[in-house]
Amino acid sequence: MGLTSASSGQTAGSGLAPPSVLVSIIGVMVSLTLTFIGLTAITFVISRVMPVDPVLAIVGDRASDEVYQQVYLQLGLDKPIYIQYLRYLGQLAEGDLGTSIMTAQPVIDDILRFFPATLELATVATLLGIFVGVPAGVFAAVHQGRWPDHIVRVVALLGYSAPIFWLGLVALLIFYANLGWVAGPGRLDVFYDGIVEPKSGILLLDAALADEWDIFHNALSHLILPASILGTFALAYIARMTRSFMLDQLSQEYILTARVKGIPERQVIWRHAFRNVLVQLITIIGLTYASLLEGSVLTETVFSWPGIGQYITHSLFNNDMNAVLGGTIVVGVCFVGINMLSDLLYRLVDPRVR
Amino acid sequence: MSGLGNIRGWLLAEVPKSKWQARGQRFYIGWLAFRANPVAMAGLIIVAGLVLVALLAPWITASDGLEPDLPNRLQPPSAEHWFGTDQLGRDIYDRIIWGSRITLYIVGLVAIIVVPIGLVIGTIAGYVGGLVDSVLMRLTDIFLAFPRLILAMAFVAVLGPGLENAVLAIALTTWSPFARIARAEALTIRNSEFILAAQVQGVSTVGILTRHVTPLCLSSVIVRLTLDMAGIILTAAGLGFLGLGAQPPTPEWGAMISLGRQYLIDQWWVPTVPGIAILVVSLGFNLLGDGLRDVFDPKSGA
Repeated sequence: MGLTSASSGQTAGSGLAPPSVLVSIIGVMVSLTLTFIGLTAITFVISRVMPVDPVLAIVGDRASDEVYQQVYLQLGLDKPIYIQYLRYLGQLAEGDLGTSIMTAQPVIDDILRFFPATLELATVATLLGIFVGVPAGVFAAVHQGRWPDHIVRVVALLGYSAPIFWLGLVALLIFYANLGWVAGPGRLDVFYDGIVEPKSGILLLDAALADEWDIFHNALSHLILPASILGTFALAYIARMTRSFMLDQLSQEYILTARVKGIPERQVIWRHAFRNVLVQLITIIGLTYASLLEGSVLTETVFSWPGIGQYITHSLFNNDMNAVLGGTIVVGVCFVGINMLSDLLYRLVDPRVR
Repeated sequence: MSGLGNIRGWLLAEVPKSKWQARGQRFYIGWLAFRANPVAMAGLIIVAGLVLVALLAPWITASDGLEPDLPNRLQPPSAEHWFGTDQLGRDIYDRIIWGSRITLYIVGLVAIIVVPIGLVIGTIAGYVGGLVDSVLMRLTDIFLAFPRLILAMAFVAVLGPGLENAVLAIALTTWSPFARIARAEALTIRNSEFILAAQVQGVSTVGILTRHVTPLCLSSVIVRLTLDMAGIILTAAGLGFLGLGAQPPTPEWGAMISLGRQYLIDQWWVPTVPGIAILVVSLGFNLLGDGLRDVFDPKSGA
């Protein structure tokens, strides 16, 4: 949420002297690079501060002094810290995040295996948030001060304030344990496991491509509850922002002009006001998507969803630092990347920013 | 009666006669606007209730919520145990009440760390400007762009699980918006005449920053802080739920949910009640923050 103020601050700054699109793209790239350097620097420092000897982690505590020295030099631990950092950046650029102790595989492979599950969850959650949140926000703004407005505001505030992991537990209790409407934790029933070849890793897509509609339904039944819970936050945020953007537009003079001209109210709302809101919504939706990728950590824990969040949490408890830091970097890069992308998109679409 | 009338008259006088009267008036007029907003009042009542409960904890609980009482484990809510008992037979009502102190401790500690850092960095950046501004704001943007929970998890991984470490991790990812707010305020008043007057009188830069710029940032900072409280509480509870925050037997609400998780289906009250407590408190801070923003800063009503 803090990022809204960040991007609007940047927008206000560039509003003084309208720069060309190119300049603003370069600006975004520079800040992306700097943020990436900051992110990697922090994870690097964390990995050095850790009370784990990186050499011992590789050679084991029964290795001779010679072997220890050899690996010590191999890791470049005798070099100054900034050289070590550059080495670290080089490894990152090659996609080398080290080896996971828990799975004994390269961290990057693990992440590629777990990431699609998170992507699937966050994408469906964001879509739910958009398709419910945007109309709700518009509806509230059009009926400002009357009961539809109050209902939307209260629901949005509740969605904002509820601890997501608790909401997930309660939803499991009601819709899975008591009503039996949906499937329980996990991505698929054991019965269906491993039938479909994981091409994209996104189960809904894979099942549909393989023409396995039973599996598709089962996957959907597993997905719908965690996605709705994760989507609650998206819904709340999107509805709230849509409402406030719409109120802003509806109080403008061009809306009055349109109404005076006798244009039907429906058109005034959707074709005039909403068009302008759409541009602002891009940033909001980008922000939401990025925060859901991150926020899925808690939802994944509750629903035993085998995504990147669960991978990071499990690694954390097994002291598997390569996996934790690798996961942090990947999620961080996605987070920063999506934010910057929506910022960029906003600049491209909104003629005033240009 | 006439005494009260006098105070009201003093508070609403056209021309304040002293600094204190002016301050009192501003506060009182803000309070009148705040009082007329039922939503904000609801928030204030919840937050005040939380503080009151935390203060009165020793007198309104029957136990310290830490001692196991195994014969009475997993009792449903009753007249004796209002919210039932948990897996170790501890009274959940007592634990919730004691847990309110932990919640306040977390938000208080985060606020104490975050606000000074944000104010110092923000006011310096805005007031000094130039290269200093660019460097500091770049730094702020970097922290602003970080995924909060994941980074907090990484920090806790290094520092080790625990309440104070969780607080530190949250603080590290929370200070940046305050720097932005303080910078924006400092920028708007940097060239105003009273700052110039202070400069001419020979007040040092540090003096101007602490005595003139910072006080003007405070109202926006307080609004933002109140709005952020809910997020801080939720993140702390999330870390507690993952087992990275407060450790047992501390009655931290997120950790209580985590421990009560396995009893969800048969003893629903064990994980449910702490969740409701978190929801109510975070809702209270959100309502209060919304109301404060309407009073202090009516233009930015989002």
